[in-house]
Amino acid sequence: MARAVSTRKKTFYTIAAWAVGLIIFFPILWIFLTSFKTEAEAISDPPSFLFFDWTTENYGVVQERSNYVRFLWNSVILSLGSTVIGLIVAVPAAWAMAFVPGKRTKDVLMWMLSTKMLPAVGVLYPIVLIARYFGIYDSYLLLITVLMLINLPIIVWMLYTYFKEIPVDILEAARMDGATLRDEIIHVLTPMAIPGIASTLLLNVILAWNEAFWTLNLTTVNAAPLTAFIASYSSPEGLFYAKLSAASTMAIAPILILGWFSQKQLVRGLTFGAVK
Amino acid sequence: MATQHSRSAARFMISPAVILLLGWMLVPLIMTLYFSFLDYRPLRGIFDCCVGLENYSRFMGSSSFWDSVTTTLSMVGGILAITLVLGVLLSLLLDQPIWGQGIVRILVIAPFFVMPTVSALVWKNMFMNPVNGLLAYLWKFMGLQPIDWLSEMPLFSIIVIVSWQWLPFATLILLTAIQSLDSEQIEAAEMDGAGSLSRFVYIIMPHLARAITVVILIQTIFLLSIFAEIFVTTGGAFGTRTLTYLIYQRIIESQNIGLGSAGGIFAVILANILAIFLMRIVGKNLDA
Repeated sequence: MARAVSTRKKTFYTIAAWAVGLIIFFPILWIFLTSFKTEAEAISDPPSFLFFDWTTENYGVVQERSNYVRFLWNSVILSLGSTVIGLIVAVPAAWAMAFVPGKRTKDVLMWMLSTKMLPAVGVLYPIVLIARYFGIYDSYLLLITVLMLINLPIIVWMLYTYFKEIPVDILEAARMDGATLRDEIIHVLTPMAIPGIASTLLLNVILAWNEAFWTLNLTTVNAAPLTAFIASYSSPEGLFYAKLSAASTMAIAPILILGWFSQKQLVRGLTFGAVK
Repeated sequence: MATQHSRSAARFMISPAVILLLGWMLVPLIMTLYFSFLDYRPLRGIFDCCVGLENYSRFMGSSSFWDSVTTTLSMVGGILAITLVLGVLLSLLLDQPIWGQGIVRILVIAPFFVMPTVSALVWKNMFMNPVNGLLAYLWKFMGLQPIDWLSEMPLFSIIVIVSWQWLPFATLILLTAIQSLDSEQIEAAEMDGAGSLSRFVYIIMPHLARAITVVILIQTIFLLSIFAEIFVTTGGAFGTRTLTYLIYQRIIESQNIGLGSAGGIFAVILANILAIFLMRIVGKNLDA
């Protein structure tokens, strides 16, 4: 039941919430605005907010100087590739655990979650060594594999919590009607599982896109994604705020948009179903 | 009903995921464990087997280890304190009737999707720079001396940057928890004459306790391995060297694999102790 609220109270809460929201969002807005300034204007005193000569030249310069498109392409390949392969491995596993639970299913799930807590730095050198041994350092193969493995527990868990909600009665009814395991998967389960799989895909693409330990330490040129592209701007090169902003805007815009679609799944995915 | 046939099919479907994760966990971990008992410095061509626990005693006996533990604790503790206090307040505010609630939610959640290297670099240059940073202008505008944030108070600066990234996460989870609270319970308390403070203390906080625990544990796991934010701001200088960063420096920068691996094993043990607590909470939820 909705509670009656006075307009005055609602106005007060609205102003307060919008003020806080805008403060939190401000750095992102500022990156966006600065990316359209000239370098001189980007550091003008006092800072200009909206009334400056808007220019898009920074975007061109960033692309020319550091080949943004290549890093973007790498980010897309790594995040999408690792997530899709992760799903191929995880869907059967989560399906089996949700619909044919055994005595040890819970232990297996728990153990999978525990691998997520292994501190990356503890296994950094062995991974570098293995990569060098097989000659795959700084390659798509290595990065996709590593990103897939670090997100696999989350993928399995998210799918498991979604599959758990599919009513088992429907499967039993299908079985009664003589459906084979294959029919069951294709005609009954898949249509019901697709929303869960889609949101799992979305959240894990975001996580892989923003991953910044392995991508910084296992790439140099060939497989380097946007995280490494931005980190290359950390060396001081004089006045470069507008270009840094343009590069940053291009690095975060795609994922910001995806992220807004997935905010509901975020809670579920990152708390492993402990908060609903 | 699960038949014998479907059981074995299930086992077959689970095995690829289990085998992959088992390999991912065991192979590098066993290698790290092995290296931690060696004097292994590849740049100098040293590879001496079996120095016993010397790496461990050297790693833990050095003052940089204890400094890094202090730094790690203050960093994680500071970020947790900021994100939880602000997160509770913010989620209470967002739970109120607001015009354009959906848009405010989107504004608040946005920082979580900014990649760590971007947020660290932008904060470092465009906000915390003592000459051209926006905070320097703000300080000058208020008639104060601008602060060189990252060299005068580096630890605090990194805490601010990371808190900005994680506040949305805490807020979103706490908001989800608040919204699952039965509104009739609050109304009943209101009718019985409970003020807003006592409603908060006796109804909302106990309800939030579980969500707060989850936020603390999950954030701690992620915060213990903060890397990019330190890498692009201070590079571990000025007392911002956390345990993770110290191990990273030992392994990658000074190429002392034995010593770094001993540190790595220590970090693994630390993470596992925390993990046990989290698993208990998540596990309880599985039964329910």
